[in-house]
Amino acid sequence: MVQSHTLASRMVNVVITVLLIVIAFLSLAPMLNTIMISISSSAAVNAGEVNFIPIDINFSSYEKILNDSKFWRAFLISVERVVLGGGINMLLTILMAYPLSRSVGQFRSRNIYMWIIIFTMLFSGGIVPWYMVISELKLINTIWALVLPGAVPVFNVILLMNFFKGIPKELEEAAFMDGAGPLKILFKIFLPVSLPSLATIMLFVIVGHWNNFFDGIVLINDSNKIPLQTYLQQLSLTRDQMQNLTVEQLQQYNKISNTTLNSAKILVSMIPIMLIYPFLQRYLIHGIVLGSVKE
Amino acid sequence: MNRTEVGLDMKPQVSLRKSRMRKRLDGMTYHLMLVPGMIMLFIFSIIPMFGVLMAFQRFIPAKGISGSPWIGLDNFTYMFQLPDSKQIFVNTLVIAVGKIILGLLVPIIFALLLHEVRLKLFKSTVQTIVYLPHFMSWVVLGTMLTMIFSYDGMVNNFLELLGMERIMFLASNTWFRPLLIITDTWKEFGYGTIIYLAALTAINPALYESAALDGANRWQQMLNITLPGIFPTIILLGTLSLGNVLNAGFDQVFNMYNPLVYETGDIIDTFVYRMGLINMQYSFATAIGLMKSVISFVLIIISYKLASKYAGYRIF
Repeated sequence: MVQSHTLASRMVNVVITVLLIVIAFLSLAPMLNTIMISISSSAAVNAGEVNFIPIDINFSSYEKILNDSKFWRAFLISVERVVLGGGINMLLTILMAYPLSRSVGQFRSRNIYMWIIIFTMLFSGGIVPWYMVISELKLINTIWALVLPGAVPVFNVILLMNFFKGIPKELEEAAFMDGAGPLKILFKIFLPVSLPSLATIMLFVIVGHWNNFFDGIVLINDSNKIPLQTYLQQLSLTRDQMQNLTVEQLQQYNKISNTTLNSAKILVSMIPIMLIYPFLQRYLIHGIVLGSVKE
Repeated sequence: MNRTEVGLDMKPQVSLRKSRMRKRLDGMTYHLMLVPGMIMLFIFSIIPMFGVLMAFQRFIPAKGISGSPWIGLDNFTYMFQLPDSKQIFVNTLVIAVGKIILGLLVPIIFALLLHEVRLKLFKSTVQTIVYLPHFMSWVVLGTMLTMIFSYDGMVNNFLELLGMERIMFLASNTWFRPLLIITDTWKEFGYGTIIYLAALTAINPALYESAALDGANRWQQMLNITLPGIFPTIILLGTLSLGNVLNAGFDQVFNMYNPLVYETGDIIDTFVYRMGLINMQYSFATAIGLMKSVISFVLIIISYKLASKYAGYRIF
């Protein structure tokens, strides 16, 4: 962009820079506050004194977490659902995206499948029948309840399908002439050139599984089998308990609940996301563009 | 001559038959590749769709759908008579539309600001920071925001510093809806910027150069080059957002609301959850959910039609 170096233009630059710094700070502010709360003393936190500077710095919350077996059990279940559920998601996404990326000339039933898939994305029977089906299948209180109902991430299938469609025909022609079948063409030619797209989808899938709390609330009743986000959700007062409280009682409750410890817990739960965040960010633009490529 | 003609004829016929067989074989493989995923969709998406029949019954779990009595539209009549229904519908609409409007505007403004920055490192640092909240769950953010907006939380400390009164944001029916809309926009605006930035990279830099030569200042350049550059994207996202008019965001509301703000903060999805899975009014909850699904379905179809007409968008 060509910009004149007049005084006015420089002023504009300063204003924009300051504005962006303020916005960036606001994006981080809740996390900074939470970090400070997690390393301050409970007394200071309950007195509402902690903003961006910790008071009576100590790491006792983190020490408590280290010995908290319930926390780590939930953490492991989350890891398990990410690996198992993410693996199933990726496999099914790849297996479905390839045939759907074929033209009707190559695969006659393609559009029928496509309409069914789109329909499942646009309409749902609602939460009650969904729960009943899973309960009939005896999946309640098993890891499969967290993995199987969302086994096909329809949106990701469409993303990958659109990417596959954009791969030049010439690439597969030679293999096709040599008599290579669909599976061979998919694994030998399509997947190697789709690595960035696959990475994008994998990151979406990992974040999705890690952050999901709702299926754990509805489908897992055994508190030893809930994933981490559900565990964190249930640290706060349940709605039913809250039903009968007055404003004063609510305030009182907030005082006695262990804000410091809970802050530390949610921060530890963010660590896996923070670890993959650099990769996430690198593939972000790719994923968005992937989603918006339409012919 | 004759012989060669026959020879020429023979070859394509053989390869034609071969390619037909091949096509059938490939077709079989395609079907087989789709089978596992389709079974999963069938079990967990399509079978539950038939569960909407419950909306027309007085469903008794022990008897199942086949054995429960049919009551026609009674559940829907009850729904329209219940004052709560109107309330949750209005809440849903106000919260969702607020989020759509703010969620459209803020990323555009932010993308335009970011586009004016020439320092690459500064730009990418800001981007890295503002994308972050998108990747956090509403459980984590709900906990953080509840602390920050609580009566003696950081925001109220700040208000007091400015000489204002402390506000019970999370227990106030005046403040709860704006709080939901603003915090949702806060979480998603950075992520929403990405698509505009992608569109902005497609603008030919020569346009700015010639505009500058013609004496256009930065404001004029933004109005006449940058904004038109992202205009198709704005139209696309605007039309597609129509499908979200009844999606007020279950995850966020569920993690931030409490009975004190049901009056303004209870939305269709949270109401259906409490009715269906907590109070076990299966049929009634399904009826409300069905109502929402049908309206949303129609809205999404309309939005796709509009998007394909005005922005050339096609989902597949």
